[in-house]
Amino acid sequence: MNGWYWLIDRLPFEWAHFPFMQNALLAILLVSPLFALIGTLVISNQMAFFSEAIGHATLTGIAVGAILGLSDPTWSMMGFCVLLALAVTVLRRYSKVSPDTLIGLVMAFAVALGVVLLSRGGGFAKYSGFLIGDLLTISPAEIGRLAVILLLVGGLWIAFFNRFLLTFLNRSLAQSRGVNIWAMEAFFACIVALVVAVSIPWVGLLVVNSLLIIPAATSRNLALNSRQYVLIAFCFSLVAGISGLVLSFYWGTATGATVVLVAMVLYAFSFLLKR
Amino acid sequence: MTQSNLNNESVPHKERACCTRLVDVGVRLGAYIALEQVNLHVHCGELTAIIGPNGAGKTTLLRAIMGEVAHTGEMMFLSAAGPAHRQRPRIGYVPQRIEIDNSAPLTVLDLFAAAGTSWPLWLWYPRRIRAEARDALACVGAEELMERCLGNLSCGQLQRVLLALALKPVPGLLLLDEPLAGLDHAGTAQFYEIVSGLRRFMDLSILMVSHDLSAAAAIADRMVFIHNRSLLFEGTPAEVLQQPEVRNTFGLDVQTGGPELSVRTPPCPVNGGAAP
Repeated sequence: MNGWYWLIDRLPFEWAHFPFMQNALLAILLVSPLFALIGTLVISNQMAFFSEAIGHATLTGIAVGAILGLSDPTWSMMGFCVLLALAVTVLRRYSKVSPDTLIGLVMAFAVALGVVLLSRGGGFAKYSGFLIGDLLTISPAEIGRLAVILLLVGGLWIAFFNRFLLTFLNRSLAQSRGVNIWAMEAFFACIVALVVAVSIPWVGLLVVNSLLIIPAATSRNLALNSRQYVLIAFCFSLVAGISGLVLSFYWGTATGATVVLVAMVLYAFSFLLKR
Repeated sequence: MTQSNLNNESVPHKERACCTRLVDVGVRLGAYIALEQVNLHVHCGELTAIIGPNGAGKTTLLRAIMGEVAHTGEMMFLSAAGPAHRQRPRIGYVPQRIEIDNSAPLTVLDLFAAAGTSWPLWLWYPRRIRAEARDALACVGAEELMERCLGNLSCGQLQRVLLALALKPVPGLLLLDEPLAGLDHAGTAQFYEIVSGLRRFMDLSILMVSHDLSAAAAIADRMVFIHNRSLLFEGTPAEVLQQPEVRNTFGLDVQTGGPELSVRTPPCPVNGGAAP
């Protein structure tokens, strides 16, 4: 960590001399590329609504943490989101309700339950920080935990990328190539749930899904093959993440939402350049 | 053409070619009986066409053979080299269609990489993938499509690419699920010619769901008719197409037989056989 502080301190910018910005920069370098990578498959599999629902459902995870008396709700958020992701996967398999409706229902339930639990005695205001997130308060220890979880999940995502891709392209085709399609679907849902849940305190649940899908959507406008698709999304998310962080410093705005705005500007450019 | 490209595989044809025998096979989806009492023998190196109205259970049969849905009854596989076994042979599968939007940055080569290696294909994949894809695509006359995106291919091109993918590695049993839905006449003829050639040169056992009766009859060795979720007739195409029930189902005039009986859109079964 000391090397990192030293390195960033050498940068000739005003913002680079504040420790909280140095921490936030490190966090954004972890979060945004991983979001972009996972987002490529979220978009390919048309799961944008699913990831949005998971983000909103963290409210219940926070409430569960508060009821259990946890000082830090991260673990309860992750647990609840993974449970919910698995529940949606199973319900999609066995119920005849269309996936859109199903996810809408699950999200409505989770959000309402979370709000009801958190607003007991009029105490919702103290949780409103989770709505917009605060990247600038992240501590080195929290960065460490974030890094371990994200790198672990990212490694799994990379290892299973081809199998996810085949499953989402055509389930029967994947089955014929020996892919365990049910395991892949459940596994991918858990990966999305984990990265979303672990990032919410820093990014905010209102915009977390945008970070997931905008870089991939941008890349889709430009890429000609899968390699370009993933790499362009990766680069765009880094550019948007860093410039959004710096802009939020000068503007005094919420970092997550500022990053999303920058990403949207990039998307608009890519749309104009569309192949 | 086909011969030179694929017969240098390490596994000899005779070991690969696989007979499949289904005894009293059925499929239940919850309380719903999707298929029952199917007795079928797919002979080595033969092309068997499955015909029947929509929702009769044709695709369900293929999914049971692949192991995507659980089945009752017995399913035995036999390669020329050894005794019959329950373990599935290598199965090549060509889906009915692939839902893919034309903005998807997924090329034909990417598809071969995704299926042929577990290296994340955007990072790196072995050089053999490109050679394998070129070989397989050459078998179906689609070499020039290698760098094209799947979403930009025509129906016929996409089906040929998926057929090529199913040939890598060479399967013991090739399943084609209505490969011609949505193809124009020229595309249909070309596809059948390719399938017919593959069977001849590679001794493939092929099970093909088809809606184009005349074209299927022209290239199939055997034909089975599935109706109301069970197998009603099995035999040569001429035998099966003589059955009054088959002719009724497809609206064929009982007086005229012969090759002009082309029915592209068969009627739905009376009781709406689609899965609930």
